[in-house]
Amino acid sequence: MSTHRTQTGGRIDRTRKVSFRFDGRTYTGQVGDTLASALLANGVHLTARSFKYHRPRGILAAGSEEPNALVAVWRDAARYTPNLRATQVEIYEGLQAGSQNRWPALGFDIGRINDALSRFFPAGFYYKTFMWPRRAWKSLYEPMIRRAAGIGIAPTLPDPDRYAQRYAHCEVLIVGAGPAGIAAALAAAKGGGRVLLCDEQSELGGSLLSETRAQIDGQSAAQWLAQALAELAANPRVTLLSRTTAFGYFPHNLVGLVQRVSEHRETALPGQIRERLWQVRAQQVVLATGAIERPLVFPGNDRPGVMLADAARTYLNRYGVRAGTRAVLVTADDTAYQSALELAAAGVAIAAIVDVRDQPGAQQLAAAHSAGIEIFAAGTVLGTRGALRLRAARIGQRDATGAVHFRRSVVCDLLLMSGGFTPSVHLFSQSRGKLEWSEELQAFVPGAAAEATRCAGACRGVFGLSRVLEDGAALFAAQHYEVSEDGPTPGAGWLGTLPQPVDADVGKAFVDFQHDVSLKDILLATREGFHSIEHIKRFTTTGMATDQGKTSNLNALAIAAQRLQKPPVEVGLTTFRMPFTPTTFGSFAGASRGELFDPVRRTPTHEWAEARGAVFEPVSLWMRARYFPQEGEDMHLCVKRECLAVRSACGLFDASTLGKIEIVGPDAAEFLNRLYVNNWSNLAVGRCRYGILCRDDGFIYDDGVIARLAPDRFHVTTTTGGAARVLAMMEDYRQTEWTDLAVWLTSTTEQWAVIAVQGPRARRVVETVVQGADLSAAALPHMALTRGYVSCEDAPQIPAMVFRVSFTGELGFEINVPAGYGRAVWDQVFEAGQAHGIVPYGTETMHVLRAEKGYIIVGQDTDGTVTPDDAGLAWAIGKTKPDFVGKRSLQRPSMNDAIRKQLVGLFCLSCTAPLEEGAQIVDSRGQSVPMKLIGHVTSSYDSAVLGKPIALALIAGGRARIGQRLFVPMPGGEIEVEVTSPVFYDEKGVRLNG
Amino acid sequence: MLLIDCPYCGNRPEIEFTYGGQAHIARPTQPADYDDHQWTEFLYLRDNQRGLRAERWRHSHGCGRFFNALRDTTTDRFHGTYKVGEPRP
Ligand SMILES: [Zn+2]
Repeated sequence: MSTHRTQTGGRIDRTRKVSFRFDGRTYTGQVGDTLASALLANGVHLTARSFKYHRPRGILAAGSEEPNALVAVWRDAARYTPNLRATQVEIYEGLQAGSQNRWPALGFDIGRINDALSRFFPAGFYYKTFMWPRRAWKSLYEPMIRRAAGIGIAPTLPDPDRYAQRYAHCEVLIVGAGPAGIAAALAAAKGGGRVLLCDEQSELGGSLLSETRAQIDGQSAAQWLAQALAELAANPRVTLLSRTTAFGYFPHNLVGLVQRVSEHRETALPGQIRERLWQVRAQQVVLATGAIERPLVFPGNDRPGVMLADAARTYLNRYGVRAGTRAVLVTADDTAYQSALELAAAGVAIAAIVDVRDQPGAQQLAAAHSAGIEIFAAGTVLGTRGALRLRAARIGQRDATGAVHFRRSVVCDLLLMSGGFTPSVHLFSQSRGKLEWSEELQAFVPGAAAEATRCAGACRGVFGLSRVLEDGAALFAAQHYEVSEDGPTPGAGWLGTLPQPVDADVGKAFVDFQHDVSLKDILLATREGFHSIEHIKRFTTTGMATDQGKTSNLNALAIAAQRLQKPPVEVGLTTFRMPFTPTTFGSFAGASRGELFDPVRRTPTHEWAEARGAVFEPVSLWMRARYFPQEGEDMHLCVKRECLAVRSACGLFDASTLGKIEIVGPDAAEFLNRLYVNNWSNLAVGRCRYGILCRDDGFIYDDGVIARLAPDRFHVTTTTGGAARVLAMMEDYRQTEWTDLAVWLTSTTEQWAVIAVQGPRARRVVETVVQGADLSAAALPHMALTRGYVSCEDAPQIPAMVFRVSFTGELGFEINVPAGYGRAVWDQVFEAGQAHGIVPYGTETMHVLRAEKGYIIVGQDTDGTVTPDDAGLAWAIGKTKPDFVGKRSLQRPSMNDAIRKQLVGLFCLSCTAPLEEGAQIVDSRGQSVPMKLIGHVTSSYDSAVLGKPIALALIAGGRARIGQRLFVPMPGGEIEVEVTSPVFYDEKGVRLNG
Repeated sequence: MLLIDCPYCGNRPEIEFTYGGQAHIARPTQPADYDDHQWTEFLYLRDNQRGLRAERWRHSHGCGRFFNALRDTTTDRFHGTYKVGEPRP
């Protein structure tokens, strides 16, 4: 056992050794150690280099507030976690950890040059230094800053671990299992409700885990704790969660917890997850989050070996580790004497106690005197010495006039400091509870709560073991706890910098250790004119590191307040935000990764298309076949073949993703009249019509074919992506505007498989499949529908609705059958089509064919500023209707302006490849930047049937420009185009009506 | 995450709901009678007040019904919900 490890005591398992590696060296610790306690047991304080100046840093604290000792821990290249606090990492056999922010090594770090140059890196230097020359920003400054920014590196491989998520409800959620939390849980459990008690540490107990003197109700603290936890564990209504951090407090008493399930194990148990995210909705929340000891601000207060006094006590009593051999205590608080005396009793030489106050507590003085410890009242620390480890502290004292004089340099390898205690109000503040300034404590404490939240113990400024226990219990039922050796309770402590001679250099008196913000930086901020802590914080970056200023916020505030000669409350406290400590993305993502990230909707023919080697594309949540390449075909060749097949013979297309809404009721036609621009009253049963839906601003929102199935029943189709929002819009008008209409809306998108058969031979194919229906041109003209049935082996009469509709410009049919029969009917159609040269085609071919006909795609050829007339669809508007959604807006003068952008076609005169979609259009050659842009390309394809590229475009006053030459400026030069009608193929619609 | 009290279903988490803008703005029954200025006002202008605000919400991933709610824009708290057609409490 190492020299720093005590012979007895503590909660580590002294019979079980653990070997682990830190920065490539192997060390030995004990089961129950944290990485920090194990390193200290090996005499290692130096664990990190600081963020900005690369100064050597040691372990400051013993808990989650640790600002310095950030380490990386890894199992392999994918399981690599940066920026973990060594004070929270539990060691296991073979643990691998390393320091960060240093090169080539922790002991010798090139970046240290920044420290020597620190006067060139004051607060706010980013904002000033890199302003000039402007050119240098991209090539020099930005890459340099990016390289220097941040601590730690992210793993490059995907996280192979699993994370779970869980919702929970309880009557009482208690955050923090120290004496207040446990007493609250014991009392709450008696009420019979569900109680959930969580704590971020590996063991429940909080400060009781390092309490060796006090007796509670006649038992040692450890015995009392064991008994209390046993009582709680035996209660089936109580849930105890250790290693569980309450990281966020959300509205209506929803608290986010992250439970580290297997991180502390050498290997996870089979099937074990890494972390579990809890979302706990609690009737009431009890915060028992304790308090954090404040560092003191003096030059050299960041040297490895400088440590919070209470942390040293924790290392001694809980882990059996002496953090040094010869210590000086500098304190503004009576409680820290306890740490010095306990360390002295454990064999650490206490060289001196420097008490910042004029009059230290009498009892503490007496105890220190009788232990033979020299005391400097009205004392201060003027500086420290040592390279990678503290070697001496320079002690000073104030005289009666307040002047500071150097007294003595004291050799020591441990400098304990205590500036008092800051209540942990993070979660309370996150819940939007109001904070109040306590003059007595010189700290913020919880005031009026915004949620059903109550606080107990040190987090609300109640100190002393018996009072803390009683405070926790009293939330549910008053109870008396008899505690011996209660010890002193903290007072106001000390805020801001320790007294220094007037000419002292305070550049190395650190306030925020994690972001390397010194006293000098904060003074500079006030000189620069920043008067609010929110601004000082952003200028200096104090409190903006991953620790959110747990140890630094109050000192920064006090320094600014003193300099500005204002009370701290007027300078303000920054808002606490979640997460309390850094939380993994994995726990937030949970199972929502890879295939489970988003649901995927597949059509009835998905497997068929997959088996034929189709290439798919996502369209909203759907996966649609984009094209069906044959041997040796790229997309271009494949689409060309598919297009020609549809134009010359017959194509087969799965249109099942079309949104479908059935509108039923005596007022169904009136409902559609009010909603769509078209007239629906005169649509006969058995007929279809192309409908346009605008919003009340007059712009196209959706389109689709609507069929009248019966006088009171319409089958509305929508765009694939628009189905949900169209139904939502319909429901909005139905429920909130037109409550007088008797009409019902049902989404039928997934009820029907839609098999489109398009091409000159389509009728012959469909005829052989659909029975009981007359598909002749006379009986079923374009935009009509009929019903029939399809017979399969195991389903003699599958009902089929056949729409004669076309999105290709060819003779076309869409066979609608119940989705469950979709594949069977598809197979039959494909089989029947073999004699007619049927070819399956995908969305890419569909796009080309519709563009050849000038059919728009809402969202591609329209963008939310396109009216029906802009799109060339004014013919669809029911002119005699008194009103429809959008009508009034379409009557505004600007909606009929001749220079509105209108949909036209473009022929490319000089190019062989299609224009780029989105490319801008100008009306003359050789314009200088900024050019006068008159429109843009919305759709662009190679047309196989025309043998040249075509495009659709929105162009200002476009229809009046038909025949004109325009230009598309591209990086390679201007492309000359001719404006045409958007209908490139079969303008008279002969094929459609065939 | 907020709990929102759907008047038809009770308290449900906010992810089940969709916000629907300011409440109690009825679409004119005779838009033709509105001049351009009045129509623009109906179409685009909405209150942006501090404090209690009546809003439309839809329980889109539940019963699908629209309802109105009073929400405090400073605290994000709901102070009651009521059915479409009912007066603001
Ligand atoms: Zn509901």
